[in-house]
Amino acid sequence: MTDVRPMIDVRGARKSYGALEVLKGIDLSVQRGQIVAVIGPSGSGKSTLLRSINHLETLNAGEVWLDGVKVNQKLGRAAFERHINQVRQQMGMVFQHFNLFPHLSVSDNITIGPIKLRGMDKAKARELALVMLDKVGLAEKIDAYPARLSGGQKQRVAIARALAMQPKVMLFDEATSALDPELVDEVNLVMKQLAREHMTMVIVTHEMRFAAEVADRVLFMADGTVVEEGAPDELFRCPKQERTRLFLRKFLNP
Amino acid sequence: MDFALILRVLPVFVAAAWTTIGISLISLVIGLAVAAVVTTARLSQVVALRFLGAAYVSIFRGTPALIQIFLLYFGGPQVGIQLEPFAAGAIALGLNIAAYMAESMRGGILAVDRGQMEAARSLGFGRGRTMAWIVLPQAARLMIRPLGVNAVALVKGTALVATISVVELTYTAQRFIGSTYKPFEIFAVTAVLYMIMIYGLTLLIGALDRAYAEER
Amino acid sequence: MQGLDFSVVPPYWALLGEGLWWTVLISSVSSLVSVVAGVGFALLVLYGVPVAQYPVRFFMWLFMGTPLLLQLFLIYFGLVQIGIDIPAVGAGIIGLSLHFAVYNADILRAGIVAVDTGQTEAARSLGFGRWQTLFNIVVPQALRSTLPALGSMMVALLKESSIVSMIGITELVHSAQLAISETYRPFEFYLTVAALYYIVNLILEAGLHGIERKVGLSR
Ligand SMILES: Nc1ncnc2c1ncn2[C@@H]1O[C@H](COP(=O)(O)OP(=O)(O)OP(=O)(O)O)[C@@H](O)[C@H]1O
Ligand SMILES: [Mg+2]
Repeated sequence: MTDVRPMIDVRGARKSYGALEVLKGIDLSVQRGQIVAVIGPSGSGKSTLLRSINHLETLNAGEVWLDGVKVNQKLGRAAFERHINQVRQQMGMVFQHFNLFPHLSVSDNITIGPIKLRGMDKAKARELALVMLDKVGLAEKIDAYPARLSGGQKQRVAIARALAMQPKVMLFDEATSALDPELVDEVNLVMKQLAREHMTMVIVTHEMRFAAEVADRVLFMADGTVVEEGAPDELFRCPKQERTRLFLRKFLNP
Repeated sequence: MDFALILRVLPVFVAAAWTTIGISLISLVIGLAVAAVVTTARLSQVVALRFLGAAYVSIFRGTPALIQIFLLYFGGPQVGIQLEPFAAGAIALGLNIAAYMAESMRGGILAVDRGQMEAARSLGFGRGRTMAWIVLPQAARLMIRPLGVNAVALVKGTALVATISVVELTYTAQRFIGSTYKPFEIFAVTAVLYMIMIYGLTLLIGALDRAYAEER
Repeated sequence: MQGLDFSVVPPYWALLGEGLWWTVLISSVSSLVSVVAGVGFALLVLYGVPVAQYPVRFFMWLFMGTPLLLQLFLIYFGLVQIGIDIPAVGAGIIGLSLHFAVYNADILRAGIVAVDTGQTEAARSLGFGRWQTLFNIVVPQALRSTLPALGSMMVALLKESSIVSMIGITELVHSAQLAISETYRPFEFYLTVAALYYIVNLILEAGLHGIERKVGLSR
């Protein structure tokens, strides 16, 4: 029996800020182990879409499902709070500006979730932190504080922090666009490694080359709609929509 | 709430409030004057003066205002200083707040861009003239708010002179709490009067600040 | 004019020492309580339900606008008249704690608001609840960023603790008053007491600087 239930399923997502409609009915379905890259011009709604999956933004209409569980279900305040905290533990989110906790050491940044939310004991959590840091190549920084890390190192720790919760999916919102160019590769390398391990991922990015390399499917968004989607080869080589062509031309040979 | 009581005691409290205002004003004037001297000393080029200025600030900020009041009022006669409670209180509070005001003044002066000083000096102004014509006018604006904070603290600080029997608001409140057995009514009256003074002072500071802002 | 004679002080070292001990004790306890309560007030003002929020706001406004001495009189001489009899030391600690909690709350409120929203989002995205996020992530950062301001409140609290002598607590000032009532030497004793406060104050400031440096290093 094949598992056809998508890992992430977004149906008819709509979101407005006042009069500004940012998402105009988006559908997105990501299979287990699949990697979807979301590209598009600034302000097209990429971050809003990603944040809605994590319920950091509340949709006005539409549904978000994670592995068969409805994320944005209607519940009482307290019940929803419990529900969403549960759901979020299964999604790793990586932010453009890292958002490491500056008052905690690298180790504590990674272990605070497992310890406080999963009741893991401290020694075990530290072992886990070491494993995760090893994955992102930063084991020697385990006792450093975030302020002592470079941007690339911060972002790798942030990825390790998300991974330590053993999430079903990872969401990346322009994980490398706050980094100096020479630090981008070290983060991309980590994401490629995750891809090899068949982590389900949604990656919002401005790096077309990276998207082409790592993604199974690329989604081009503009003005709150999905203009075109397809395999990276098709979408980058011979886009069907004029809108996509224009965007890619500007981006590939600026 | 016993409003009849509040109405009955109100005149006494209003009179006491005037004493609080009087002592605040006198302390404020003493404080500003002494603070100006101390600040000048701290920014002087003479090391001894700088040290004295710093010592003044450190000592008066490092010890309780209450002790300073007691030292002057109870200890004064031993060294030939015999003062009425009101005078002792006003002087001690003035000397105390001067240390804090000196900090505000120095902060304001140091906050004026170094470039201003350098520009004026490069035009050939002397140190004193640069200070008087270029730095101080800009610093004055920056000092108003911090000095205002000091002044508000001073008004609340005047309650301390109740301990040497100056019949101001807090002293009166204590007496009436003891005699009426209506602590909350008395507290309410007293609090309202303090609030009015502090609110008035805050408005005044705001107006001063705006007046300065419009000048340029 | 009597002239000064500091040889009257040494026989009273034990008494003054005991007073100093109480001053340090009362100040330490009150400092701690004032920070904890300050966090509580700040959170209530920012995130509390209206029925909790408005009384706290009113209370803060009231306590910021009135002198500590008046508040102590209310707590010690006032409450007993409506049947709440708190011993002097308790009333002193409550008064000092509440008085400074209000200022700390004001400082912390600004500190909490200033914590980057990304911090909250990161914690929430890991699955932390609203209050878990506040207590584990936001408040610790606010405490750090406001440490200098909270520290100067502690310095002020140490000095203002002298005021609790007025409700009969035998701390440093009150000890001095006892000695003075036997020796009639106010100048010598108050000057000695001032020196003791000055020294404790220096130690406190040095300690606070040390903590600030240490915290600064880990950023
Ligand atoms: N909290 C908000 N309030 C009002 N408008 C918002 C808010 N957040 C986002 N927007 C608006 O929504 C639109 C989409 O924003 P979004 O951040 O999703 O775009 P994006 O595709 O991620 O852009 P970028 O590539 O610049 O990150 C923008 O016009 C933005 O100004
Ligand atoms: Mg974005």
